[in-house]
Amino acid sequence: MTNDMPKKNLLSSQINLGKFSPASDEEKRQQEVMSKSTTFFKDGMKKLMRNPLAVGSIVVLILLILTITIAPMIIPYGYEEINNVGGRRDRGANNLAPFTYSEAELKWMEETGESRFPHIFGTDNLGRDYFIRVIYGTRVSLVVGFFASILVMIIGVLYGSIAGYAGGKVDLIMMRICDIIYSLPDLLMVILLSVVLSETLGEAIKGTVFASLGSNMLALFIVFGLLYWVGMARLVRGQILTVKENEYVLAARTIGTRPSRILRKHILPNCLSVIIISVALQVPSAIFTESYLSFLGLGVSAPMPSLGSLANAARGALTSYPYQLVFPAVVICLIVLAFNLLGDGLRDAFDPKLRR
Amino acid sequence: MVKYVVKRTILAVITIIIISAITFFTMYAVPGGPFDGEKALSPAVKAALEERYGLNDPIPVQYLNYMRKLIFEQDFGVGLKTGRNVLDTILTGMKVSAVLGLAAAAVAIVCGLVLGSVAALNRGKILDRIIVFFSTLATSAPSFVLATLLLLVFSITLRWVPAWSASNPNYILPVISLSMYPMAYITRLTKTSMLDALNQDYIRTARAKGVASYKVIFKHALRNALIPVVTYVGPMIAFIITGSMVVETIFSVGGLGQEFVSAITNRDYTMIMGTTIFLAILMVVANLITDIVYKIIDPRISFD
Repeated sequence: MTNDMPKKNLLSSQINLGKFSPASDEEKRQQEVMSKSTTFFKDGMKKLMRNPLAVGSIVVLILLILTITIAPMIIPYGYEEINNVGGRRDRGANNLAPFTYSEAELKWMEETGESRFPHIFGTDNLGRDYFIRVIYGTRVSLVVGFFASILVMIIGVLYGSIAGYAGGKVDLIMMRICDIIYSLPDLLMVILLSVVLSETLGEAIKGTVFASLGSNMLALFIVFGLLYWVGMARLVRGQILTVKENEYVLAARTIGTRPSRILRKHILPNCLSVIIISVALQVPSAIFTESYLSFLGLGVSAPMPSLGSLANAARGALTSYPYQLVFPAVVICLIVLAFNLLGDGLRDAFDPKLRR
Repeated sequence: MVKYVVKRTILAVITIIIISAITFFTMYAVPGGPFDGEKALSPAVKAALEERYGLNDPIPVQYLNYMRKLIFEQDFGVGLKTGRNVLDTILTGMKVSAVLGLAAAAVAIVCGLVLGSVAALNRGKILDRIIVFFSTLATSAPSFVLATLLLLVFSITLRWVPAWSASNPNYILPVISLSMYPMAYITRLTKTSMLDALNQDYIRTARAKGVASYKVIFKHALRNALIPVVTYVGPMIAFIITGSMVVETIFSVGGLGQEFVSAITNRDYTMIMGTTIFLAILMVVANLITDIVYKIIDPRISFD
């Protein structure tokens, strides 16, 4: 016991410092952080990477995206280009089987001695290269899936966070509106709006940037923006209602933080995992809807292909050329399967409440 | 309870009114009248026709007229392209579609419950893996892809099942393609809720008491696992109705779904309008019943 310790008075409630001794080196080492500190995001990613199904779907999706970006640069055919040989229309090139050439092409190759790029999936009934059409169809479906989901996310998150944070009467009215939209039969309304919008939009958008998208495609996005955000809004609102009750939000409020900053800095980051998961699961459902509408003839306008319209077109010659159905069908299933598995993986990795 | 039922019914009625208004006004926004066909009609004839069908009145008046006829006389109007009574077309189509839809719903519920329970009871074993694999696969195939592939494989290539004909209707393939997705969904739902139920204390108590194994499963676990499945019935009916549109078209069943698709292709607006309102009412009512039944069978839910 050293003498520089202050002496304790007998009846004082002070702590008797004499009873304490400095920590030894070994004891100090126990306080050291052995592993690197991790963030919620890193932790989730690590869990995601350990899930073979999720990793597999990420690989499949990356391969698909690489194919649909690179293939149009390599393949010398256009998606709306009818096969021609030496500048003349090749009338014998309709409905070729995969990896075959038409007579005119064979003759041309013999005469010039040059080789021609093979028709990997054959050609369709108008003599267009089917592989490039499937590639563009996949592009259209994926783009629709992504942008529709992002649109749904933006509207849903904005609406849901306002309703959830404001609470009270505002919340009540906003949620009643949600309830009504939610109880509308969505696909029926989508069909109805697509029918009408594809008829009416054509004139309105003529000459603008949107014209290149096609009125049907635009109608699709409008419909998604009008109807599909409700699920996301409800989810975000529910999450915000629970996060809002936390002490750190109260602390931020007491020191006078503006509501918009509390929402951005404290509440939304805590809802992020829920939002990411539901966006990942929104993509396949958007692709489903798009292909369904294309199948009914309400999707993207010809000659632009989408996977649904390709499958629909292949139905006409099902007995003679079944592979024309199989290719787009397999691609749709692959995309949807990959996104579903990825979404499930994300949910397991990022939603701590569901971990078992 | 009564308060809840009244509240939900009022909401359902409001929804139906909104749907009918949306349907009517969007259909009205389409450019071109019903009589702007390929042949130009003389102005006098056109005016007479428009007068006859009441197309000169202001739009809200037309809407009210339409709703009045619809409610009090069950008059959905006449198909613009077909000239047939819309309600008759709907009812004739429903005869086929209802059989198809109910069969698909029954198959989905029964198979889904069985597969889900089997998967839950054999958790982690090979049987569970196979069921999970197929249900994941089935939720990834859009119904039209499934339907065309089934048609291709079983009807055209293998010739096991004859294609549909009016004289010899064969429901097997349409029912399979319609029920696959809801079946897979119910399987997953049943599996998770069954696993939940099996972990409960009352199951352990029952087993400890020496209750027979089948009794534990059917009386204690399955009954509680059924509750979440009931909530899916409403959405499932909506899915089957929209799914039947493509499936019926692919197999040329000739039901309401196919009529609706051909009405869309022909831009037959009165037919689209009538069918949309009819199907929407069907879906809203299905949801209403599902919600009420759910509240009745689940005593844990409060009626607020």
